[in-house]
Order: sequence, then structure tokens, then C-alpha cells
Amino acid sequence: MFDRLDFSFQAGDFVCLTGKNGSGKSTFLRFLAGFIHPEQGELAYRRADDMFSEIVPDDFLLSGHQNGLKPGMTLRENADFFVRLMTGTPASSSILENATEIFSMAALLDEPVQYFSSGQRHRAALMRFALVDRQIWLMDEPTVGLDADNRAALASLITGHTARGGIVVAATHDPLGVPGVTLDMDAFQPAGLALEEAWL
Amino acid sequence: MSAGQQTSMVSVFTAIVRRDVRLAWSQGGGSLLALGFFLIAVSLFPFGVGPAPQVLARIAPGVIWVVALMAAVISIDRLFQADFEDGSLDDLMLAPLGTFGMVTAKVLAHWLSTTLPLAIMAPALGVLMNLPDGAYATLIASLLIGTPALSLIGSVGAALTVAVRRGGVLMLLLILPLYVPTLIFGVGAVDAAVSLTDPLPHLALLGATTLIAAVVGLFASTAALKLAME
Repeated sequence: MFDRLDFSFQAGDFVCLTGKNGSGKSTFLRFLAGFIHPEQGELAYRRADDMFSEIVPDDFLLSGHQNGLKPGMTLRENADFFVRLMTGTPASSSILENATEIFSMAALLDEPVQYFSSGQRHRAALMRFALVDRQIWLMDEPTVGLDADNRAALASLITGHTARGGIVVAATHDPLGVPGVTLDMDAFQPAGLALEEAWL
Repeated sequence: MSAGQQTSMVSVFTAIVRRDVRLAWSQGGGSLLALGFFLIAVSLFPFGVGPAPQVLARIAPGVIWVVALMAAVISIDRLFQADFEDGSLDDLMLAPLGTFGMVTAKVLAHWLSTTLPLAIMAPALGVLMNLPDGAYATLIASLLIGTPALSLIGSVGAALTVAVRRGGVLMLLLILPLYVPTLIFGVGAVDAAVSLTDPLPHLALLGATTLIAAVVGLFASTAALKLAME
């Protein structure tokens, strides 16, 4: 799928993945999360305070095309399970309140997710980045279905995270207005591989 | 690993188990369907083979066990697929617990929510099938010992077919042959109790089958799931 892909990200980076449909942005995010293993080459993570070992940390949050919400459960239950799953502790009410405020979801907290519109579901899925503290955020099309206000909220969430030393990698077609590196996935297509033949 | 981390792993594990048990019993969950299927499919036999008490008593252990297998299979094909479709399987696999622990939690939840109720309901169906009085304890014991194997082996098929649309039938073909040892020893134990011989050797072999399924099944499901998520 990719060829000659060679780069490194550092703490505080915002990386914007661009490229045509099918150029492998989503695949690249899943590769970073460790779901996909490279045929050749390697992917390494290294902590600044860890001089000796290369480690792959459980340090990701990924938001994909599907939103990962259970339709029969309320937003509060979904959020609570997500926090328990990722940290082993129940979601504290202050964190939950803060996360719902960012995307103005407070009124929907006790509604079952099946009654949400697609934009509301998407915002509910993005709430995860405020719920759990992880260093590396992987976002697949985070702006889909977001209105201007929520787009600004997302941009400020990302800016705040990179300022704290986090890394955000987002595959997106429209710029979020956050300064950062742009990585054009079209440049890494293997020579002679037509777009139609690309996997996935 | 520090004590603090260990506690948090345990609570992640229980969080997954509780969520899955809850989803299995909520609207659209598979547990009620499996129980309903078990009840209705067994109660069709007296209509099909006729109400002669001796005939029913003769086939009772086999019928109850075979239908329990089927009920386990039809409920386990959604074990990973439902989470795969709504994207929460990604989150489950990225959780600090790791894929192996997550699979273990989900299999345990399936056993608690679906196959254990089958074992609990079996004596009522034994009455319907005119099972002799002396065999009830063995029926319950054999189901309690044998049903974990159904969840464990079924999880391998569920993991292999997670990304396959309409993978349920494919899974059935993959999994049902692997249930044969459990079926033989389970029915053997109940038959032994019916014919007033010692069911213990059968139960011991049934337990051995479940232990093998626990060792092989969890690793195989984990590997299959990682492969399917690529």
C-alpha cells in the first residue's frame, strides 16, 4: 500500500494527513495504532524519559469511521464504559461534564444514542478525546458532519492537546485551522499501482 | 506490575464482562433468543416422535445436549461482530487490558449471559422429555462442566468470521464439528446416569475437553481476531 514512507513525529506535533480517497489515510492511522503490521520496515515509539528501550505504549486514542457507540445505551453509559475500559476507573463527573461541554452535548447525556442524529453521534464519538488522557490521538475524518461551532471546538481541543505535548494525527479533507505538518499520502503510492488496485 | 495497575486491569475486565452481559440481555441481545430457541426446539420433539414416554426418555439426553449446542452457536456468532460493526471493537483492542484479556472477558460474559442460563433451564426441559428422576443432577452437572467449552470454541469461529458478512452459516460449519467431543462426553454422562452406571468418568473427560478448549480456544480467538482486524 505504501512505499518509501519515512518520517518521525514528535511531542507537540499536529499532523494532517491529506490525499485522495483510497490513498490510504485510514490504513495509515490503523497502522500507527498497531492493527496493521508492515511487510517491510518498522514502526517504533520511544519515550523521551526512556533511554534504553523502544516501546509501543498503550497510548493511543483512535476515532474511526464508525463511532464506537452502543445505540441502546445512553451517552452517559457509553462514556462511562469507555472511561472504565481505558483506565479501569469510573468516569468522574467533572471530566464527564467538561467533555460534554466542549461539544455542547450536556442536554443529550441521558438520551439513548439510537435517537441521535449522525452529527450528534459524531460529536459523541469525539468526546472520547476529552474523557481519557492519552498522548497520541489518531482521528479519521474528525470534521465530517460538524458545524462551524463544533469545528472550532475541535480545533481548540487539538491546539490544547499539542500545547501539552500531545501528538495528533488527523486524516482530513478540510483544514482545521490548526498549524502543523501536512503529510500528503499521494506521495507514497507505490509506482505503477493504480488507485483502483489499492487495497481496502 | 504494581498493585495499582493490577487492580485497574481487574476493573477493566469486569467492566467488559458487565457491559456484555447487559447488552446480551437488552433489546437486540442474543440471550433471550438463544433461550427461546432452546425451549421451543426441544419441545418440538415430543410432537415429532410422538408422546411415548419410553422413547422420549431414551432420546432426552441427546436432544437436550444437541439443542443446547445449537443455541450456543446461534448466539455466539455476534460475539465480536456487533462490536466490529459499530467500531467499538477497535476501542476494545486498544484498551490497556490487551486483546487476550478482552477476548477472555467477552467469552466469560457469553457463558454467564447465554450458556449458563441454558444449563439452568435444562431440568425443566428434562421434565418435558420424561428424563428419569436419577439423571437430573448429572444433566445439570454435565451442562455446567461442558458449556464453557461451547463458548470457548465458538469464540474462535466468531473471531474468524468477524469481518464476513452473513458469516453465521460459515461459522456453523467451522464450529459444529469441533463440538463433537463435548457432545459425546456430555450425553455419555447423562446416559450413564439414566442406565444407573457411574457418570464420573464421562464427566471427567468432559472437564478435560473444556480445559483443552480453554487453553487452545482463547489463544486461537486472539490470533484470529488480530488477523481479522488487519
